[in-house]
Amino acid sequence: MRGIGKSFLGVRVLSGIDLEVTAGEVHAVVGENGAGKSTLMKIICGVHPPDDGTVEIDGRPVSFGHPLDAQRSGIAIIYQEFNLLPERTVAENVFLGREPVRRGLVDRAAMEEATARLLDELGEDSFGPRDAVKRLSVAQQQVVEIVKALSVNARLVVMDEPSAALAEHEVELLYELIGRLRERGVAVVYISHRLREVFDLADRVTVLKDGALVTTVPISEVSSDELIRLMVGRDLGTYFPPRSSAIGEARLSLRRAGNHKLHDIDLELRAGEIVGLAGLQGSGRSELAKAIFGAEPFTTGEMTPSRPRSVREGVALGIGLVTEDRKAEGLALRQSVRDNALLVARAVGARSRDGVRDLLERVRLSPPRQEQEVRYLSGGNQQKVVLAKWMTMAPRVLLFDEPTRGVDVGAKAAIHDLMRELADDGMAIMMISSELPELIGMSDRMVVLRDGRIAGTLPAAPSEEAIMRLAAGEVA
Amino acid sequence: MNTLSRARRPAPRSEARGGLAARLREPTQVVFLALLALIALGWVLVALDGGQFLTMESVVGIQQRSAALGIVAIGQTLAILAGSLDLSVAYLISLTSLVAAEIMAGRDGNVLPAVAAVLGVSALVGLVNGLVITRLRVHAFIATLGVALIIKGVVDHLYDGPAGKVPESFQLLGYSRIGPIPVSAVLWAGVAVVAWFLLSRTRLGYRVYAVGGNEEVARLSGIRTGRAIVLTHVLCSVCAGIAGLLLASRLGAGAPTVGTDGGYDLESIAAVVLGGTALAGGKGGVSGTVGGVLLLAVLDTIFNQLEVNSFVKDVVRGVVIVVAVAVYARRIKGRSV
Repeated sequence: MRGIGKSFLGVRVLSGIDLEVTAGEVHAVVGENGAGKSTLMKIICGVHPPDDGTVEIDGRPVSFGHPLDAQRSGIAIIYQEFNLLPERTVAENVFLGREPVRRGLVDRAAMEEATARLLDELGEDSFGPRDAVKRLSVAQQQVVEIVKALSVNARLVVMDEPSAALAEHEVELLYELIGRLRERGVAVVYISHRLREVFDLADRVTVLKDGALVTTVPISEVSSDELIRLMVGRDLGTYFPPRSSAIGEARLSLRRAGNHKLHDIDLELRAGEIVGLAGLQGSGRSELAKAIFGAEPFTTGEMTPSRPRSVREGVALGIGLVTEDRKAEGLALRQSVRDNALLVARAVGARSRDGVRDLLERVRLSPPRQEQEVRYLSGGNQQKVVLAKWMTMAPRVLLFDEPTRGVDVGAKAAIHDLMRELADDGMAIMMISSELPELIGMSDRMVVLRDGRIAGTLPAAPSEEAIMRLAAGEVA
Repeated sequence: MNTLSRARRPAPRSEARGGLAARLREPTQVVFLALLALIALGWVLVALDGGQFLTMESVVGIQQRSAALGIVAIGQTLAILAGSLDLSVAYLISLTSLVAAEIMAGRDGNVLPAVAAVLGVSALVGLVNGLVITRLRVHAFIATLGVALIIKGVVDHLYDGPAGKVPESFQLLGYSRIGPIPVSAVLWAGVAVVAWFLLSRTRLGYRVYAVGGNEEVARLSGIRTGRAIVLTHVLCSVCAGIAGLLLASRLGAGAPTVGTDGGYDLESIAAVVLGGTALAGGKGGVSGTVGGVLLLAVLDTIFNQLEVNSFVKDVVRGVVIVVAVAVYARRIKGRSV
């Protein structure tokens, strides 16, 4: 593919990407969260059409209007999120949309036999083609996804984080499987955060950053340190407010806290401190924020002052959460700025003595018009309304999940200033961001999560390399 | 060690394949159990009341009463399985009963053209429903409600009472029997078998389940989801058309209120849901719907024999439907780990 570019809603997410994959090659694509990997894959597979550039197969340009077109051209994809129907059987899922027919009728027997054969090839005997997918474990479902891709007889298989849900020995199986694909002359595009897998499997690696191509190199010509530098290397030119000098007593502490996604979390949030929470997608960052807040509560371990079992209890403890998806979880889009700012106050009672007008002024909403419907505001202003919403209850702990996603540069700085101001007022703040420079610039302390556990804690202003090393796991 | 033992542990295969116990846990099977229980209960109640339950007469009555609703509900099952639904069936039934009776005009020779016209008209209505939903992206609830109002307007404008005449020969469809089994029940069974076959043996059926289960998954698997939805709406409307024919043959004429008087729109949805099909789609099937329709009919029969006031009847029906769906929801929740 050449010169691929793509914008969503006026935001440019990819520009000028060239990617070439040859038969029998395993081609890794790496990059930070948000570098554009998944978008690129969706273009290859016909989910999104590219805005500019061309996709060619065997030198012939193709354009996919529907995933079906890509499928017919021999491209199969294994998505990061599962694409299975839980109510249907394994065989029905594997042949979804391509059921074999005999005399006009679906040939169940052939379908199940073919599925059984593929399962057998993979050495998978823990379930059969007639089992309902909803009864399978996550790892077993991953195997179903792989079988589905294999059954297409694909010439190019795209795997988006295929190992994320697999246990160690299952990853071994995946390796064998990819080896077999390679022998058959199938090209594999392998997207992974796990650098060890990239070095184990890939022939070449393409690095993306901020929607642009950094480089494509044979894996033998690059070391893991170099690769990390290629992924993160950029200027830290942006301005951040000065760090805190006075860190006070603990506002909240966790001891060996966990739930179905988190394990053994020991963490202390202190007055006046901004703690950055780093980690790859799926490492449990948002889950940790939601657990502290009480939305997906901890089930084990201790939390002081107490462990909230619901959002109501969380709020009663003085904990606020600025959610990752403000449109779905943070705001009632069709209601006014005023109604949104008062959401929390109306639910649990206001604690701040400031009126809505003062709060909106404090968060620097511009213009501070209370009657406007929130959906017409810019992303930055929307985020300020979410902040005002929490400030009505004068929180002791405020958790920020991607507070500046989709926010322009000016508003970003305003939100950063505001966060620091709140910390200086004695609030304990935890911040999640996939943008490492932001996280590094803002945090007084950095906690890195991996697979639902704390992989390590770093002091103020760590290097991006240090964070990535903890987040991705040591390279063997 | 841990991962190894986990992977090698045989999956709960017997359960998935369905030993009898496991099968009985599926909502579609539950509805038949409930049906048996209800028949037993009815028997006792009617006997205490001094009557005789399930006489030849009442069995035939149940079948007769069920047939029209049963046929509509089969069509509704298809739409709901695909994640859609159809509120226009009641008015369409009225319309098609009129189309049938007007074209037949009492002459035997016109029966075939009339049937063809009814099927054509209903297919067209289904096509409109489907295209409005998929192309104009109007929610099925609103799209089919709008189409329902359009049909109502046309029918109300043209007719203010029964019209047309159905010949004697065609009235046999509504009233004659083969032994104890009414022809209308045979027709219902036929429609049910065709729909079951379609859902479980053809690609279309697989697609319907996929689209209803998760439209995005279906699309990413290369299914043209729009087509599947349009087709289910065409089939759903054709079923309503067949019900319209059946009702016309019973009445001997077409009637502008026959569909709405029977409450076929909401009642058919209730029967489908009672039969364990998920209102959100992707789960359930024809057999459950048949059970749901029979359950409602047996309930009716019991009330009729006990001569219970019809308001009480509606209250009990309402309770039964809500309780049934609550029970299914519990089961689903209990099963997912």
